[in-house]
Amino acid sequence: MHVLDQRLVRRARPVRRLLALDTVLGALSAGLVLVQAVLIARIVASAFSGASLGDVSADLALLALAFAGRGVLTWGFEVAGRRAASTVLSELRLELVERRLRTQPLALDRAESGEVAATAVQGVEGLEAYFARYLPQVVLAIVVPLAVLGLVVAIDPISAGVMLLTLPLVPVFMWLIGRYTEERTRERWLALRLLSTHFLDVVRGLPTLRSFNRGREQAAVLDRIGERYRRTTMGTLRVAFLSGAVLELAATLGVALVAVTAGVRLADGSLGFQTALTVLVLAPELYLPLRQLAAQFHASADGLAVAERMFELIDEPAPTAGGKLVAPSPLDAPVRFEAVSFAYPSRPGLVLDGLDLELYPDETVALVGPSGSGKTTVASLLLRFVDPGSGRIAVGGIDLAHSRPDLWREQLAWVPQRPTIFRGTIADNIRLGDPGATVRSVRDAAVLAGADRFVQALPFGYETLVGDGGRPLSAGESRRIALARAFVRNAPLVILDEPTADLDRTSAAVVAEAVERLRSGRMVLLIAHRPELVEHADRVVLLEDGKGRKRVWDEVV
Amino acid sequence: MTATIRRLMLITDVRWTRLALAALLGALTILFGVGLMGTAGYLISRAAEHPAVLSLTAAIVGVRFFGLARPLARYFERLASHDVALRSLGRARAQVYEAVEPLAPAQLEDTRRGDLLSRFVGDVDSLQNLYLRSLEPPLVALIAGVASVALAALFLPAAGLVLALGLLVGGIAVPVAASTVSRRSSERHARARGALSAELVETLSGGAELAAFGLERDRIRSLRRADSRLVRISRRAALADGLGDGLRVLVTGATVAGVLAVSVQAHAEGRLDRVLIALLALLSLAAFEAVQPLTEALRELRATVAAGERVLDLTDRAPRIVDPALPIPAPVAPFAIALEDVRARYAPGERPALDGFSLRLEPGKRVVLLGPSGAGKTTVARLLQRFIDPERGRVILAGKDLRRYRQEDVRSLIAVAGQDAHLFSASIRDNLALGNPGATDGDLARALRSARILDWVLSLPDGPDTLVGEEGRELSGGQRQRIVLARALLTGAPVLVLDEPTANLDPATAKALVQDVFAAGRGRTVLLITHRPEGVDLADEVVILREPRVT
Repeated sequence: MHVLDQRLVRRARPVRRLLALDTVLGALSAGLVLVQAVLIARIVASAFSGASLGDVSADLALLALAFAGRGVLTWGFEVAGRRAASTVLSELRLELVERRLRTQPLALDRAESGEVAATAVQGVEGLEAYFARYLPQVVLAIVVPLAVLGLVVAIDPISAGVMLLTLPLVPVFMWLIGRYTEERTRERWLALRLLSTHFLDVVRGLPTLRSFNRGREQAAVLDRIGERYRRTTMGTLRVAFLSGAVLELAATLGVALVAVTAGVRLADGSLGFQTALTVLVLAPELYLPLRQLAAQFHASADGLAVAERMFELIDEPAPTAGGKLVAPSPLDAPVRFEAVSFAYPSRPGLVLDGLDLELYPDETVALVGPSGSGKTTVASLLLRFVDPGSGRIAVGGIDLAHSRPDLWREQLAWVPQRPTIFRGTIADNIRLGDPGATVRSVRDAAVLAGADRFVQALPFGYETLVGDGGRPLSAGESRRIALARAFVRNAPLVILDEPTADLDRTSAAVVAEAVERLRSGRMVLLIAHRPELVEHADRVVLLEDGKGRKRVWDEVV
Repeated sequence: MTATIRRLMLITDVRWTRLALAALLGALTILFGVGLMGTAGYLISRAAEHPAVLSLTAAIVGVRFFGLARPLARYFERLASHDVALRSLGRARAQVYEAVEPLAPAQLEDTRRGDLLSRFVGDVDSLQNLYLRSLEPPLVALIAGVASVALAALFLPAAGLVLALGLLVGGIAVPVAASTVSRRSSERHARARGALSAELVETLSGGAELAAFGLERDRIRSLRRADSRLVRISRRAALADGLGDGLRVLVTGATVAGVLAVSVQAHAEGRLDRVLIALLALLSLAAFEAVQPLTEALRELRATVAAGERVLDLTDRAPRIVDPALPIPAPVAPFAIALEDVRARYAPGERPALDGFSLRLEPGKRVVLLGPSGAGKTTVARLLQRFIDPERGRVILAGKDLRRYRQEDVRSLIAVAGQDAHLFSASIRDNLALGNPGATDGDLARALRSARILDWVLSLPDGPDTLVGEEGRELSGGQRQRIVLARALLTGAPVLVLDEPTANLDPATAKALVQDVFAAGRGRTVLLITHRPEGVDLADEVVILREPRVT
């Protein structure tokens, strides 16, 4: 059983502070457990020998106070744990996002970016349970039994011996939990998740299933799978729950043995009544924290799994190396791909295989080729989201892989295939290209990008809220906003990735006009697989089998 | 809330006997604990009077019995309650599925936005908690509580009264108060978390653009602000959330002190044998185990009911598309299909997706439907498969209104390879088999060849047994589309509707694909829906669709 993830402790100072606080609270709790037992025994013993209510009232008040103290401590554990959890999670979350943005801004696919976000967000519940419930329980499971045993040894060593008799059951419990619970729980959890994703898959595919008249039979399939899962799960649970049963047995057996042996010794007069009662009240407290720890174990396992995944993501190696050199401006120097090869780690084969490509200042180059030929990879390389596996990209003799990515990107404007529209106004979105842009220059950029007309037609114009929860934009509208970003940025090198893909003729024509305006005085890389745009290029390069070939357009068609 | 709970119990479909068994075992577990502590207290007290050891035998046997019975009861209770939970989960999935199946796709359109569908699936999953974490604990507490109080009252009515009061406060007042206090703060917490997660998702999915524009630092700063707001709120929420457990411990202490007080008083007045004082005190202490999970159970119940309401909201929708009471038999090919002056709308109040549109597909003809995006091309495919009914006008199949046939007959006559078609997380072969479960390898190869993807499939190490991943993620957009196309070709339906099969292809491949598809569909009616010009020259007829006028 992983009691505490070392990386979690090392990484986060609040965790250490929490551990210290939990230890203090745990020691106080243990003290109160002892006080409570002594008080109950004393009150009962006094009454036994004829004391009136008045005689024990002070003790009764103290008893209520001791419980009140335990109540406050219980509350304190929860508050301290949750506070620490939120701080730790916040640190991990920001570290993760910051690292992703710095070193791997381009998720290799959409699913991955979704998974990262889910990990960063959903970590909350898991880690809260870990810090607020599990960790205090770990402390209590160590401190309280020790305190209980300490006191019992002092007042009645024989009973302490009896309690220790049940102790061998604990390793059995540990063995069971290690052997079955942890591993099997994990398996079961995975199976459950698989079942859940299967259900999601079926519901997502409902239109398709119905379209092929296969919708109705799925209900029976779901029923069957659910029933099969239940049967196998119950099989493992029968064994897994044994660990809990063993612990429970240790606890009840402990109490029963203490009661019986103490009773016999009381009867022959070798033990005092108050001592015997104190020991009896304490007996269940020996195992209670351990039993509660076992109950918290699952919640904590989830929390640790999330933390684990966050560490993995944070520690992932960066796909690009940093660099210190400053590359010259593409206004002054050509950009050269020299025998560049590249392969994605997740896919077999080379995407680019010894690509040679030159881009000269004030020139527009169209990069064409069949889908999957690596056109978008060329853009990613140019943007330094990835570095070549072999070969190099040189700007004025400086290898881009050794240059500072932030300074290099200041020279670039990029219009991706599917631009992200961020939550905010349209003006905010255009200003991404230049955060300092005035209202006037935002509008000028929109005019050049062919966006002004549709923006002006909106009720709130440039102040219209877009992005998640705002007004939805069509593909053509988003593309024009992204073009406006490129205009307002006014960078010497512009990368346009399929700016007219999926657009109908009218929208495509508006975008093509904007591209024509954008290219003057700039170096432009225009990625396309359709003919309309290519006429705007000075030169056409056909990308095929990972290599660039100079072609005239007629030949390409 | 109770009405919702009752309906959720119907969906999860668990027999009362099973739930009662689990609750009874749970109550027994607690009562055996109560018995153990009570008997042990009595044993010690009685022994203190130095009687003959033999007279203690009954108490000793009792202690041993309870000590062994409790772990057994706990073990079987856990098995019984988990069995109930698993059963309810399986039934809930199947029943919810049956309810939403006839709604797809038109009436589930709104769940595709964002990722509401995966939330829906999560909501269905959480219904398993209804018994395990929400309904069983109060039931157990009720049985065990009443029995403990009765037991205490048997020895001393006043002690029973104090214990009853304590259990009521600890089991009802404390959970209700705690959940009322924490409700507002946890709502604010949930909102702040939602806001942060939206920003996180946006940052990660738009990360490349932020980096390209050098805005990483600004973005991190803004995230940091949203994050520290969340931390502040969650710290405040923690203050409220810990209250329930703390208060319960306090009430336990007060009750034990109260029971001790009345017992001491009763003994002083000669109404209670002194050997029963310890019994009553320890019994009361043990009885509080019954109310311990109730604060959490109430919180859990609120969450499950909220999730359940969202599920019911969907399953309550009455299917708009239903089979006629007296369907006419399916026609035998060749037959013509026509849309006559059709207007269609996805939701009342929305603007029509298609208006005043007519189209006639003669048997064996190859027709291209050309139009810009948003002009309602996909709606035509849905009308033909009767996934949506026209609001005005008619769809005619073999001279009769489409609504007079059984839906399954219509769909076996008209196969659609849609743009939004789903690929299941299974092998290429399994996905193709959906079109025709009895297809031979030869049929598969022919369909794949016509879809221009056979060579690629054969080049894969596992060939057609290659897994396509969730939603076909392991394939590129173009590959996905061609598998979908091959699946529709496999059906052997006399009418094929192909929705944008060339969208992700370069012009040369697109043209070849259209050629192959028309060839493979020889003898069948083919409707090719597209916004691109390739293949137009190969068609028998071209229909142009314009955007419906905004009214």
